[in-house]
Amino acid sequence: MKLLVPVKRVIDYNVKPRVKADGTGVDLANVKMSMNPFDEIAVEEAIRLKEKGAASEIVAVSIGPAKAQETLRTALAMGADRAILVQTEDAVEPLAVAKILAAIAKEEQPGMVILGKQAIDDDANQTGQMLAALLGWGQGTFASKVEVDGEQVNVTREVDGGLETVRLKLPAIVTTDLRLNEPRYASLPNIMKAKSKPLASKTPADYGVETAPRLQTLSVREPSKREAGIKVNSVDELIDRLRTAGVVG
Amino acid sequence: MIALVLVEHEGGHLKDATLSAVTAAAKLGEVHALVAGEGVGAVAEAAAKIAGVARVHVADGGAYAHQLAENVAPVAVAIVNDHCDYFVAAATTTGKNVAPRVAALLDVMQVSDVIAIEGPDTFVRPIYAGNAIATVKSSDAKKVLTVRGTAFEKAAAEGGSGVVEPYAGGGDAGLSSFVGAEIAASERPELTSAKIIVSGGRALGSSDAFHQYIEPLADKLGAAVGASRAAVDAGYVPNDYQVGQTGKIVAPECYVAIGISGAIQHLAGMKDSKLIVAINKDEEAPIFQVADLGLVGDLFKIVPELTEKL
Repeated sequence: MKLLVPVKRVIDYNVKPRVKADGTGVDLANVKMSMNPFDEIAVEEAIRLKEKGAASEIVAVSIGPAKAQETLRTALAMGADRAILVQTEDAVEPLAVAKILAAIAKEEQPGMVILGKQAIDDDANQTGQMLAALLGWGQGTFASKVEVDGEQVNVTREVDGGLETVRLKLPAIVTTDLRLNEPRYASLPNIMKAKSKPLASKTPADYGVETAPRLQTLSVREPSKREAGIKVNSVDELIDRLRTAGVVG
Repeated sequence: MIALVLVEHEGGHLKDATLSAVTAAAKLGEVHALVAGEGVGAVAEAAAKIAGVARVHVADGGAYAHQLAENVAPVAVAIVNDHCDYFVAAATTTGKNVAPRVAALLDVMQVSDVIAIEGPDTFVRPIYAGNAIATVKSSDAKKVLTVRGTAFEKAAAEGGSGVVEPYAGGGDAGLSSFVGAEIAASERPELTSAKIIVSGGRALGSSDAFHQYIEPLADKLGAAVGASRAAVDAGYVPNDYQVGQTGKIVAPECYVAIGISGAIQHLAGMKDSKLIVAINKDEEAPIFQVADLGLVGDLFKIVPELTEKL
């Protein structure tokens, strides 16, 4: 079974995003960019399925600027077999991303598409579910365990309050949550090897997808600042303050 | 304008998140509710009583028993196409699972995690884990939203007199089935709806210490127990305790952070709490920059004293 793993180039999760002074967005100039952490987990899961013999080939896909190539090379260095870059300098919304991925899935015929549950820039948490809808496939979102069983896959999901397991007919969509695995670091030899793995370059038009945004961003601002309060000097003082605030009786 | 709200329920009871979603939907127009499940007559009656709900559509049958997105989404799409302008779901794991599927089937770009409604097509939502707040305008004819429960008051659970009508059609899409669930059985309140949360961080040093120090204080306060990502990564508690950018976003009346330094990603998950209390031995810890009440000192001495004196 072939696995398709979409990956997104986003601001590194250790960097504090700064809102642009003109309120048009977040300043990404000269900021460290990395693979979306949830997508790293998706790549790792695909590699583990291949290592277990449940998958034969891993195709990484990224939709984004030319520099998203670096993200794809990271996926290849981790262990993906080949990559597709759908290059566009425009911001592409999850719905359009899902449409492009659906077109690629129709071409590539993967048994599963494994992707991060959300990207840490727009925090939309939509692409996987939308892709599942467009393809008419089942969806195992927020996965903490993935077990392929013949023509089906059991996905354990992180839900509010605990875990839930669903059984999906293949082909299916899986979106990853944090506990699914711990992604490996690419070794230096594998980083070198990744440079010669195949990377195809495409555009959204190649897949007949219109990427004009449906949502217009009117403004982006800093969240309201929280003023630091006071330091208390003892547990007794803390309890007094909590009583005054009505937190404890 | 009519807004269809996805009703969340468990064990025959409405979930609080639905009441917040109804408040958000009421700002957009007349509120209709969708109850999908098996044997959900009582839930439908309860939904009809929510103040502001005009109609309740009930999809009752085995295919909807576990609210699988593959089976619920087509029902929502059919109702929205028939007579609604909005589909609104709470930004819970259930809402986040179903809503984008509905959006894609309607060919609509969803607006996720809405924290304010500024007009019929204009919404405010956090991006970059709350480090930036975006105002967006949707150009789609029908709109799909998930709304953050902590940003909208709960609608009154009584006082409404909605009309209940069964939905015929739909069924099992044959794509998925429910295998089982392990829902943590806890006497404590759920993190996302708790009035008080006591959270522990890496400074606890071990799983034993976490249980020994954090839980008695939480129980004394009737609080839910949370944790920082560092504490989860260190294996002190399971992942569903995690508060932060990648865990649960909470905004209780009072949040007590114990031995938590206050990494960006943790602050993103709790900084909208009404009252923040921080206990940490490092007086330079970033958590004190957002705390209303800070106490610098050794948590292993302070926490037992606090628990005893409360």
